[in-house]
Amino acid sequence: MKLHEYQSKDIFRGYGIPTPEGIMCNTPEEASKAVRQFGTAAIKAQVLVGGRGKAGGIAIATPENATETALRIMNLIIKGLPVGKVLVEQSVDIKQEFYLSIALDRTSRRPLLIASASGGVDIEEVARTSPDLIHKELIDPKTGPQPEQLEQTAAGLGISDVTSLSGLVSNLYAIYDELDCTLAEINPLVLTRDGQLVALDAKINIDDNALFRQPAMQQLYEKNLEDLDPLEVQVKKLDMSYVAMDGDIGCIVNGAGLALATLDMISREGGTPANFMDVRGGADAFHVGRAVEITASNPRTKVMLINMFGGLTLCDEIAEGIHDTLQGLDIPVVVRLTGTNQEKGWDILKDANVSVAQSTAEAAGIAVGLVS
Amino acid sequence: MSILVDRDTRLVVQGITGHVGTLETRFMLQYGTKVVAGVTPGKGGRVVEGVNVFDTMPEAVETTDANASIIFVPPPHAAGAILEAVDSGVPLVVCITEGIPVKDMVRVFRSIEDSDVRLVGPNCPGITTPGEARVGIMPDSIFLKGSVGVVSRSGTLTYEVVDALSRQGIGQSTCVGIGGDPLIGTSFIDALELFENDPETSAIVMIGEIGGTAEQEAAEYIREHVTKPVVGYVVGISAPPGKTMGHAGAIISGGGGTAKEKIEALEGAGVAVADSPVDVTGKMKRMI
Repeated sequence: MKLHEYQSKDIFRGYGIPTPEGIMCNTPEEASKAVRQFGTAAIKAQVLVGGRGKAGGIAIATPENATETALRIMNLIIKGLPVGKVLVEQSVDIKQEFYLSIALDRTSRRPLLIASASGGVDIEEVARTSPDLIHKELIDPKTGPQPEQLEQTAAGLGISDVTSLSGLVSNLYAIYDELDCTLAEINPLVLTRDGQLVALDAKINIDDNALFRQPAMQQLYEKNLEDLDPLEVQVKKLDMSYVAMDGDIGCIVNGAGLALATLDMISREGGTPANFMDVRGGADAFHVGRAVEITASNPRTKVMLINMFGGLTLCDEIAEGIHDTLQGLDIPVVVRLTGTNQEKGWDILKDANVSVAQSTAEAAGIAVGLVS
Repeated sequence: MSILVDRDTRLVVQGITGHVGTLETRFMLQYGTKVVAGVTPGKGGRVVEGVNVFDTMPEAVETTDANASIIFVPPPHAAGAILEAVDSGVPLVVCITEGIPVKDMVRVFRSIEDSDVRLVGPNCPGITTPGEARVGIMPDSIFLKGSVGVVSRSGTLTYEVVDALSRQGIGQSTCVGIGGDPLIGTSFIDALELFENDPETSAIVMIGEIGGTAEQEAAEYIREHVTKPVVGYVVGISAPPGKTMGHAGAIISGGGGTAKEKIEALEGAGVAVADSPVDVTGKMKRMI
């Protein structure tokens, strides 16, 4: 789960990491008032996707242009999500910018601290073009970051105030560790003209699988559902997995790998998927029925492709689920169903208006043919 | 012959009294797997599917001489179950549970760093050696005994590939699902090494997906160490970046972990990369 910047900064302040003074605003008038209070201020879109800066979601405003700037940003739709609210922050007098993050390193299976004197930019780009500007420290989960690692990091960044940086990194690690984060990132971390280290931006991702033991994060999770794609939210609540895409073939598949394979085969046949959907363990009549409804409610869906493969999957039951939900839908449906009682399942679908395929490739071929 | 599990596997089911644990125990027994004990804390003394239940792993292992464990324990307690299995001394632990917090798995891997235990998973479908043992949840009907080793990050996609192989008469030595989480025990490289050293395995199918660099690392390993023919299949070419695609580990982040770079790495290592389950079968046929 991604947190908003303002939520991440609330957490930062709670752990003693300095942030600029800021005010959350839901209307241009509120934003204008906030900008007047600060003199010059940054207006920053609060939206749960990356790349808001490139999309024009961050701007410096003066009291003169605050209302129109806030209105423009609030009306933005970034990667499909409407912005709606902004964080107005006091401008900071920047001397130098850095990058700092803690995330999981899959290869070493430990938290990895990444620091760079090249801040405020795309860190992956820095890693590619000038890897020598990146300083890394693997953290032992039994002990947390060690004093010498903190000193090395300060040296790597060229920061002379080792005490401040050490405190800040230790606090960032405490957040990462105590709140079950998968990412805790400050980009940029800035050194101000008066020598303070301040988190100008804040990005925290929480491990969804740990929400059961993070009640405060669970609350933020529920609040943030309002700010996500409504279809993705519906599917999350059914414990299925959904990602909106920009094509026209709606996909319902059991298993993430098979779902990815289905998307690939649609693309190879010259089609475009409207979504990724993994119904996970929920390959039963109820879940497949809800999945059909959700996929059909996407206005982009012109054809639906249902691909189920499993040993335990009771095909007759799933076929009933599909059959009943399809009543009244006028979208062509392609079904590939393999598992226990598959013949019974195909039989049930015989009188329904669906095309039955024997393999993923065949299903993809039929679906693409139906679109064109 | 085979890798990891066979006729001599003596299995403990951790979480045997849960719905899934009970059901899968029945299927594993039906397949001929020697399930010698079950463990659920507080439910020792019960009998499930004819299998004696114990309160703890050490008790179960000591009493039954078990040499492997499979875990169906719910996510909040799964990491503890893995550590208990490791402490009990079984050399193989297969964790099926999906949804274990990453931090718990970091702790588990830190604890078992210096141990010789082999952990498969978590969030995996387990291991099947056709005709000998099913330690996991893969459907029986798709398998055919033979000499192709299969290793995969996925569940249902693996079933589809194995089914396609079997339909063409290409049998399998062992099929290992290594799991779709960002942190897993047995890697592609571990499984490739086992298959390379297994006299009954003559060729290998490796099924990968977007996210991380495990396939690229495997490609490096294949180039250096694997003499047997390998057919690769990587899914997610059409996946959008920055989105978790079902599996927690299946995400293209920061432009890294794409299917394209994985396919290029594998092809660079001499792997025949297929673009569909049927193509896997075709490429394998030409190789063996």
